[in-house]
Amino acid sequence: MDDVAVGTLIASTLRVSTPLILCALAGCLSERSGVIDLGLEGKMLLTAFAAGAAAAVFGSLPLAMALALLVGVALSMLHGYACVSHRGDQVVMGMAITMTAAGLTVVLGIAWFHQGGQTPALSDAVRLAPWFALAPDVLAATPTGLEALAIGLLGHNGMVYTALALVPLVWWLLARTRFGLRLRAAGENPAMVDAAGVSVHALRYAALALNGALCALAGCYLVLAQNPSFIPHMTAGRGYMALAAMIFGKWQPVGALFACLLFGFLDAVAIRLQGAPLPLVGAVPVQAIQALPYVMTVVLLAGFIGRARAPKALGVPYAKTH
Amino acid sequence: MTSGDALPRWLDLVVLPLVNLALALLVCGIVVLVVGLDPWQVLASLAKGAFGSRIGISYTLYYATTFVFTGLAVAVAFHGGLFNIGGEGQAMLGGIGTALVALALADRWPVWAVLPLMTIAAAAFGMAWAAIPAALQAWRGSHVVITTIMFNFIASALLSWLLIHVLKEPGNMTVESRSFGPGAHVPGVHELLAVLGIEWPRSPLNLSVALAALSAVLVYLLVWRTRPGYTLRAVGFAPEAARYAGIRPRAQVMFSMLLSGALAGFVGINEVAGVQGRLLLDYVVGAGFAGIAVSLIGRNHPMGIVLAALLFGALYQGGAELAFEIPGFSRDMVFTLQGLIVLFSGAMAQVAAPTLARAWFAIERRMAPRPVHG
Repeated sequence: MDDVAVGTLIASTLRVSTPLILCALAGCLSERSGVIDLGLEGKMLLTAFAAGAAAAVFGSLPLAMALALLVGVALSMLHGYACVSHRGDQVVMGMAITMTAAGLTVVLGIAWFHQGGQTPALSDAVRLAPWFALAPDVLAATPTGLEALAIGLLGHNGMVYTALALVPLVWWLLARTRFGLRLRAAGENPAMVDAAGVSVHALRYAALALNGALCALAGCYLVLAQNPSFIPHMTAGRGYMALAAMIFGKWQPVGALFACLLFGFLDAVAIRLQGAPLPLVGAVPVQAIQALPYVMTVVLLAGFIGRARAPKALGVPYAKTH
Repeated sequence: MTSGDALPRWLDLVVLPLVNLALALLVCGIVVLVVGLDPWQVLASLAKGAFGSRIGISYTLYYATTFVFTGLAVAVAFHGGLFNIGGEGQAMLGGIGTALVALALADRWPVWAVLPLMTIAAAAFGMAWAAIPAALQAWRGSHVVITTIMFNFIASALLSWLLIHVLKEPGNMTVESRSFGPGAHVPGVHELLAVLGIEWPRSPLNLSVALAALSAVLVYLLVWRTRPGYTLRAVGFAPEAARYAGIRPRAQVMFSMLLSGALAGFVGINEVAGVQGRLLLDYVVGAGFAGIAVSLIGRNHPMGIVLAALLFGALYQGGAELAFEIPGFSRDMVFTLQGLIVLFSGAMAQVAAPTLARAWFAIERRMAPRPVHG
């Protein structure tokens, strides 16, 4: 493969992985604090709709992102209200958010924009612009051998770089701050956290707030960077793929990043590989590559490629026992 | 006399689900208002579309059949202590099983031979698809919720591959198999009634509705009236106590998930054999998730599931009719209500319980004044 092909492959991997990375980080934060989050798909969808609708109506990028953030955090707070404060079933709540978001986005989209659930196409002025515009002189200036990297890494919009930058940030938050330590403790041994005088509920709500914000960024990316408008059901299962990536990355931010890049790479390469014979297995049907991230996650969960240990108190609502 | 904060049984089983349903309808009504429609008119039109004509009732029952299968599937797994979200994938595999038997046999064999075989195949394929996540949970401790979600996606890819690379007729652009032969024809209810001399409009309602009713009865008998059902519920309710009593939890996990998968697989009989007559991509379309809602609001009991399935069938049919009548109304309103029902009767099921209990005990106190203690 020549440099341009390799470069475009790297570029599309990054573009496809960005919403996965953001959602997987969101899932990490929530699940490390002990709250199962199956609503990543629904939150991404509803915030994407909010961003698309707000951008179409108000024509302002900051306002669209702010509204998406509001919706994302609100959904996470609802999740917290039902699951943390009222000890509701976290799995069911995640399903409820996803199912409701799937229906609500189309209902509101049809009612407000009359385009079959789509939001109006946004002009470039409202969308996220690429940084480091990939002008030909930049390419000419790169030393030979690095052209693939230049095509692959430069010229993306701000959200791609933000997502990549958030990975070490979330890692540092979880691993090197006092808040992160308490958050992780809330997911492993909440009774101990409570005995130390720190509120488990407050920690989980804080984790959920960050979770909502990150999902909102993913939703913004879908509508303000990747597509020109919101399309019904545009997330197409990516929220669940992000969940799989988070589990595949063993609930660590950096592991989740690599898993997301891997799944994104598989997605980017799936169409290219169709019909092309591979060395050992012959022609691989595109559906096999589409199923591969999920198969790999199941294999990991079965314990065949290392152990995936969930936070010990994951999914168990905490109730003070006095 | 108050008994702590425990609700009387009839309140817990009947009133609480109705309260949660009312809350979901209330929020949905607000959405309807926001969208610019009149909630009462929408409700009236929904009811008329679902029950106001013979063909409407037929469609309602046809939708309800699928929801009974997926609802029972979720309920059986729930009683074993597991949350089976894999109904979508298991239903897809049930359809694949049905189609494979039909494509192999229906051209030459008669209906009374092919139909039972298709039914067994549907159950077997659904069972097989549930077996792997079940085995992984039982022997490797993999969380069945995550594995079943993954298997839903894998099933979708499998169905897509099967249709495009194996079963598609050469030269045909649509992604579907060839039509099944006459042996795979599930008798429609209108045909059966015609034999009895009753004229009934043509609709997708077919013999699967009898299978659904039979399944509900059998599940009730199995879970509440037999020893295997008792051990199933014991493991679901108190796993450690059950293990102490000698019940093997792994066997129960497999039993509940396999039965659950088989029930979900029956969707294939209704949709693929009964209605479509060929295998295609989108015959499940959210039936598995609707089954979760049905099971939650039906309190995981076959009686409640049948009622809830009828409710959802009515919503789907009424919603389809409304989509024709009111421009801008789409079936997605029903999906929103579905999600809200899962929200209020699933995740927030117990939020209303304390308030309900307080109200009940206040009424109780007022109706029976207690003597003053001296």
